[in-house]
Amino acid sequence: MKFTLSWLKEHLDTTAALDEIVEKLTMIGLEVEEVADTAARLKSFVTALVVSAEQHPNADKLKVCKVDAGTGELIDVVCGAPNARTGLKSVFAFPGTHIPGKGMTIGKGNIRGQVSNGMLCSNAELELSDDHDGIIELPEDAPIGVSYPEYAGMDEVVIEIAITPNRGDCAGVRGIARDLAAAGLGTFIDPAIAPVPATAGPSPINVHVDGEICRMFAGRYVKNVRNGPSPQWLQDRLRAVGLRPINALVDITNLVSLDRARPLHVFDADKLKGNVGARLGKKGETFLALDGKTYAVDETMCVIADDEKVLGLGGIMGGEDTGSTDETTNVFIESAWFAPDAVAATGRRTGIVSDARYRFERTVDPETVMPGIELATKLVMDLCGGEPAEIAVAGHVEAPGTVIDFPLSEITRLTGLKLDFSEIETVLTRLGFAIEGKGETVRVAVPSWRPDVAIKADLVEEVMRIVGVDRVPVEPLPRLSGVASKMLTPIQNRRRLARRALAARGMGEAVTWSFISATLAEKFGGGQPELKLANAIASDMTDMRPSLLPGLLSGATRNQNRGLTDLALFEVGQVFHSDTPEGQRTVAAGIRTATAGPNGAGRHWQGKAETVSVYDAKADVAAMLDALGSDIEKLQIVAEPAPWSHPGRGGRIQLGPKVILGWFGELHPALVAEFDLDGPVVAFEIDLEALPEPRKKATRARPPLTLSAFQSVHRDFAFVVDDGVEAAAILRAARGADKALVTDVSIFDIFSGAHVGEGKKSVAIEVTLQPRDRTLTDEEIEAVGEKIVSAVEKATGGVLRG
Amino acid sequence: MTDLAHLSTTLEQAIAGAKDEAALDTVRVSALGKKGSVSALLATLGAMTPDERKERGPAINGLKTHIATLIETRRTALRAEALEQRLVAEKLDVTLPLRPAPAAMGRIHPVSQVIDEIAAIFSDMGFSIAEGPDIETDYYNFTALNFPEGHPAREMHDTFFFNPGPDGARKLLRTHTSPVQIRTMEKTEPPIRVVMPGRTYRNDSDQTHTPMFHQVEGLVIDKSSHIGQLRWVLEEFLKAFFEVESVTLRFRPSFFPFTEPSMEVDVQCDRSGNEVRIGQGEDWLEILGCGMVHPNVIRAGGLDPEIYQGFAWGMGIDRIAMLKYGMPDLRAFFDADKRWIDHYGFRPFDLPTLFGGLSS
Repeated sequence: MKFTLSWLKEHLDTTAALDEIVEKLTMIGLEVEEVADTAARLKSFVTALVVSAEQHPNADKLKVCKVDAGTGELIDVVCGAPNARTGLKSVFAFPGTHIPGKGMTIGKGNIRGQVSNGMLCSNAELELSDDHDGIIELPEDAPIGVSYPEYAGMDEVVIEIAITPNRGDCAGVRGIARDLAAAGLGTFIDPAIAPVPATAGPSPINVHVDGEICRMFAGRYVKNVRNGPSPQWLQDRLRAVGLRPINALVDITNLVSLDRARPLHVFDADKLKGNVGARLGKKGETFLALDGKTYAVDETMCVIADDEKVLGLGGIMGGEDTGSTDETTNVFIESAWFAPDAVAATGRRTGIVSDARYRFERTVDPETVMPGIELATKLVMDLCGGEPAEIAVAGHVEAPGTVIDFPLSEITRLTGLKLDFSEIETVLTRLGFAIEGKGETVRVAVPSWRPDVAIKADLVEEVMRIVGVDRVPVEPLPRLSGVASKMLTPIQNRRRLARRALAARGMGEAVTWSFISATLAEKFGGGQPELKLANAIASDMTDMRPSLLPGLLSGATRNQNRGLTDLALFEVGQVFHSDTPEGQRTVAAGIRTATAGPNGAGRHWQGKAETVSVYDAKADVAAMLDALGSDIEKLQIVAEPAPWSHPGRGGRIQLGPKVILGWFGELHPALVAEFDLDGPVVAFEIDLEALPEPRKKATRARPPLTLSAFQSVHRDFAFVVDDGVEAAAILRAARGADKALVTDVSIFDIFSGAHVGEGKKSVAIEVTLQPRDRTLTDEEIEAVGEKIVSAVEKATGGVLRG
Repeated sequence: MTDLAHLSTTLEQAIAGAKDEAALDTVRVSALGKKGSVSALLATLGAMTPDERKERGPAINGLKTHIATLIETRRTALRAEALEQRLVAEKLDVTLPLRPAPAAMGRIHPVSQVIDEIAAIFSDMGFSIAEGPDIETDYYNFTALNFPEGHPAREMHDTFFFNPGPDGARKLLRTHTSPVQIRTMEKTEPPIRVVMPGRTYRNDSDQTHTPMFHQVEGLVIDKSSHIGQLRWVLEEFLKAFFEVESVTLRFRPSFFPFTEPSMEVDVQCDRSGNEVRIGQGEDWLEILGCGMVHPNVIRAGGLDPEIYQGFAWGMGIDRIAMLKYGMPDLRAFFDADKRWIDHYGFRPFDLPTLFGGLSS
């Protein structure tokens, strides 16, 4: 919403300076976006006479001028404008003046051998218009050496404010003035609008409404008007706020709309067929709007129509065919009220942005239908003459007449502000609210232009914004407890720890999009219809991600395309298995590519980094689980690879077949190729919510440390087993052989080859035996050894190597 | 006696001439071994008369002790020499560079770091963290937050919708973290003090807007909290977050459906250089929206607005991260560019705490 300072002052008697007004507007919720003070900006440009203009001796397109700028001596100026000529009056900039249109400051100079001490200016150079065909031409009677904006009467300051959706009343200068007056910046000037008596009898055109979207439609026929350009003051005013003057009748509607937040429309009455009114559109109907485009309408839209066809969209835009022109002699003025939501919906669907829509979707004061048409009639009579007929009215609309029981304590309760009744009363009364009563609770009647005020809290806001939020005393929020208790839930802590643990493994944290392409979603187990966006922003952002890996792998591809081959990336974030809250899970996933192992990638004097293997991914998982308090050795690792995994190089981590924590593995070579990556790539994906919550402990104390006084005994065994036998089976059998004595089993060697046998491998284990109450005898050690051998042989079908 | 003196001189020369411990040992065996020259002399004592023995005994024994001492001294010297030589040979080039430690290579994303910073500050004020789903219903995202039916924000222009389900209702991606306010009130007995960080989505994209971004929302519900306390909480938070001595805030009345009164908050800053400096300067930068929770929202949360009241605020996590740490382009946050992560990311042990400071 743009307006000029002088226009504001028609509704506000104030001595406040511009800065004060601008500051106050922002602080009462009418945020100032821009202040354009043309006069101040251009005050150093002066009017001047070109005393002589002669051809530049060294340049065809330049002229050497002598300029009288009122200083008493002639100034040499080189000018390239085609219209620079002897006797022309124009606008001059002395050296040192900033030229806004050029973004430079003019200096004293020498142009191709001729002295030039200033500049004759075009409108474009002053940023007054786009016209840069030549220097400004002033009338012959223009004085010399006076400030150009002063001469041109450019005293307008244009202020642009942002209007929140609830403040339709401030989409008019009058409403803005009322708010400023309430805030103590002057006196509100609000002369009453007198009805204009009808001198041309009953209306020759009848009107009607649909009753739902258009609740009231008033029309007034004025005959024998003289249309044409509107007077200069009106044209200047509209131009200042960025509107193009059309003709007097149209300019009047724009003036009332901007002044009163009351949109109107004028028809050339002679172009109307029969009666006029608002109705719902019909499929197949179209109309040519004032913006020159043809729009299709439908039954959700309110249209303005005569007996023959659609003329315009109610509350949004009128039609080209029935608009007024300079030749219009009989005019039909429309003042109507349209429901805000319907106007907003139609506006969005048609994409039309107009001053009428801007106001109707913010709610126009329903009680301005009649005053609006009277004010318009008066202005038409003043500017165009004519004889008005009686007003034709259909439907009726009025404000809800809200009355709020308002306990004054509510202001202190919600804001902490303590105010006298007289101050509250003054503020609300100046805003147009009527207060009844003097006690602790008063009855407040809401004016017709404030449909946004409906409850006590709305009144609190009105009082607070006008007295100023700055007056609300700052007060500490009381502490609920001495030392604050734990803030994070288990899953919040897991996410935090998982991130730090993975970063400590040398991985970089990525945050990737929650939505991915349908193709990728389907490859990683997603693509369900309920997880597809109906209005995706891009074709590769259509499906909620079922896994973090596609995002990480796509990121790896982008990095590799930039020349970074060795990548260790992870993400801790949400994945979606369904559209319910339970279907959203927090997952930690990571990838390593090429040689990006935990100890660094590429060549090094201590040894070249190997390509990453499934064991790197497993180690990442182990480190992260350890940070979360889970020992991977106590979880089940089964050789069931994820669908994205190399079938022989992937495993699943689980507590049991029902509680799956996730997968690790080498990425399937087909996927490596599909993502166009330099492999190998290893990956893992762990559901952080699947880990069981730790048991609540009665005490923080650790169990006592029990140390044996007797030395532990170490024994090595090597077994020859089939290639397919899993290490876990050997370890499990050895550990289970004597649970009291065997405290640790580790694998220290694996090899295969001809001497072991085709399809066989040798697995060597070291077993630690820890006696508790006495030193073991050789016979006892021997016996445990035999138990271990037979347990492993039984479990794996292997034999002890001799 | 010259035979003894002669032997002594010969042995002394041999000891001094031994080049290493092995050579020295040969000398020792030749003198003090079973068949050694000194041992042979000692063996002659048995056949002597007592007088002869009285005279020769001390001399021969003296020679033995003298030679043994010389050998030990020489041995110590030879060992020291050998160690010296070994140490010279063992010299390494300690200027050779190492591979970086894993923790020196890893990085935490700025969004995660800033969420941890926010948690550190608000935990001190007794807040907890509440969360809700990204896929929301129209009810939680709009209706319960007092967006009237037909409100423009419900429409296609900025909300991501899913296709309608079997019941005709269409779910959406939450456009703000405010639905968590309702979910929290539904299941928490006041007093409520929560912050709600999370991902939010709008169908919008340019240098400062991405279709996915992060917001943090705050909610206080009790029987007494008011705008004066809201001002305090926000001032304290922003001061702590930007790690400056003081911040100046400007509260401008504004409009949000879910708060009444509503305000937008500008922070005073200096924008004259290449970066924005909070806590100094003459410019204003809009940083968050806030207000007293609308009675309809309190009611939607299952509480009585005549008894309970409170305030809420919301701001962009990515945005305050950019302001504090100087990232110029929001889109780069979600690109997984290793160079960006290495540059703007945080070390795994950069733990934001109030006792150690939020950032180093």
